Amino acid sequence: MKYVDEYRKKDLILSVAEKLSSASKKEIVLMEVCGGHTMAIHRFGLTALLPPTIHLISGPGCPVCVSSQHFIDTAMAYSKIPDVIITTYGDLIRVPGSETSLEKERANGSNIRIVYSVLESLEIARKNPDKSVIFLGIGFETTAPLTAAAIIQAEKDKIPNFFVLSAHKVMPPVMKALVEEGVKIDGFIAPGHVSAITGTSIYNELVTVCGLGVVVSGFEPVDMMQAILMLVNQIESGVPAVEVQYQRVVHSQGNVIAQKILSDVFDLRDDTWRGLGVIPRSGLKLAEKYASFDAERKFSVEVPESTEPKGCICGSILRGLKTPLDCGLFGKKCTPSNPVGACMVSGEGTCGTYFKYRS
Amino acid sequence: MCLAIPAKVISVDEFTALVTIEDVEYTASLLLLSDVHPGDYIMLHAGFAIEKVDAEEAEETMRLLLEMEKHRPE
Ligand code: SF4
Repeated sequence: MKYVDEYRKKDLILSVAEKLSSASKKEIVLMEVCGGHTMAIHRFGLTALLPPTIHLISGPGCPVCVSSQHFIDTAMAYSKIPDVIITTYGDLIRVPGSETSLEKERANGSNIRIVYSVLESLEIARKNPDKSVIFLGIGFETTAPLTAAAIIQAEKDKIPNFFVLSAHKVMPPVMKALVEEGVKIDGFIAPGHVSAITGTSIYNELVTVCGLGVVVSGFEPVDMMQAILMLVNQIESGVPAVEVQYQRVVHSQGNVIAQKILSDVFDLRDDTWRGLGVIPRSGLKLAEKYASFDAERKFSVEVPESTEPKGCICGSILRGLKTPLDCGLFGKKCTPSNPVGACMVSGEGTCGTYFKYRS
Repeated sequence: MCLAIPAKVISVDEFTALVTIEDVEYTASLLLLSDVHPGDYIMLHAGFAIEKVDAEEAEETMRLLLEMEKHRPE
């Protein structure tokens, strides 16, 4: 596959690894923010190629994992309303809520459908005018513009029975929150596809205020090794900066059309992240202009006090403080086929990734 | 979730492009990307083209990497 295979060549990976070994002197901790990066690191066994000075920790960049228990419980409550169809990206339906999961509700007769794209959800609404179709909007700046585009389309095509329950979130506040909380991080491997939309200026504050290096990376092994090398060079020379390794996809100004659609349809709000609590201005809610598509404004449901699964340390893992191996349930009571916590559900969740590639 | 895959553009109409990934065809919405032409590569994310792949930048990155490989100690 073009633009994939050439970034998986063993010789190239090894030559960057050698460069890294000679360049890296200081003991450092780098956080890969994005779940896609966590997946690539384990899938290609990159940790084994790094010098012992470099430690990688996973961050809060898996949308399914950071979705709050309250959001899951709200979705569950919606699924019990008559004549409602819930549409969602695949992984979410397996996340255990306080009492049950969407998967179990579906088995109990709720109308819950998995979609590959939000546009399918719009189609379902079009074909079922007598039903209310609620799309569960999760994802960061990469995915939120898609939801926004669908909402604009729904308005244009006058589809009044399409609604969105938004748990969309933005990346910069959570990155900053982790640093401020005191998690030891010397540099960020920044999410490639989020940055393709936002551009790179969203990271400036991490450099100017926190003094940390940020390198936007692609998702193939050569990409990631090169991004780590760039961070090491920054740290060794003492000059932190925002740099882009993923030049073939990420431009400094980002995707301007997507940014415009995103800011038209959504406003920032304080939002709850699993394990991290409320982070100011880190979530996206539908703007007043599109209020009629907002599931939260349209349907009021009673959601009981949410409870986190007992023994699950997902929250500390999402903050980079612990690894799945620190969890007593990992691989025993908690497995991908029977997940206790959200981090085990998604293929890009840290627990799910560790389980799949455990040796 | 933020997974996006490079796909080759086969044809383009007003709002969508027909793209292929390893000979499998997909429809990519062009609501978020303009100026897409047959032969381009786009990043496909959940049914949408979110960005183009810049062939020149890709070549430049590769050139630097190969340079590094050449200077690798034997
Ligand atoms: S292994 Fe399961 S229970 Fe443990 S932290 Fe991960 S998701 Fe939670």
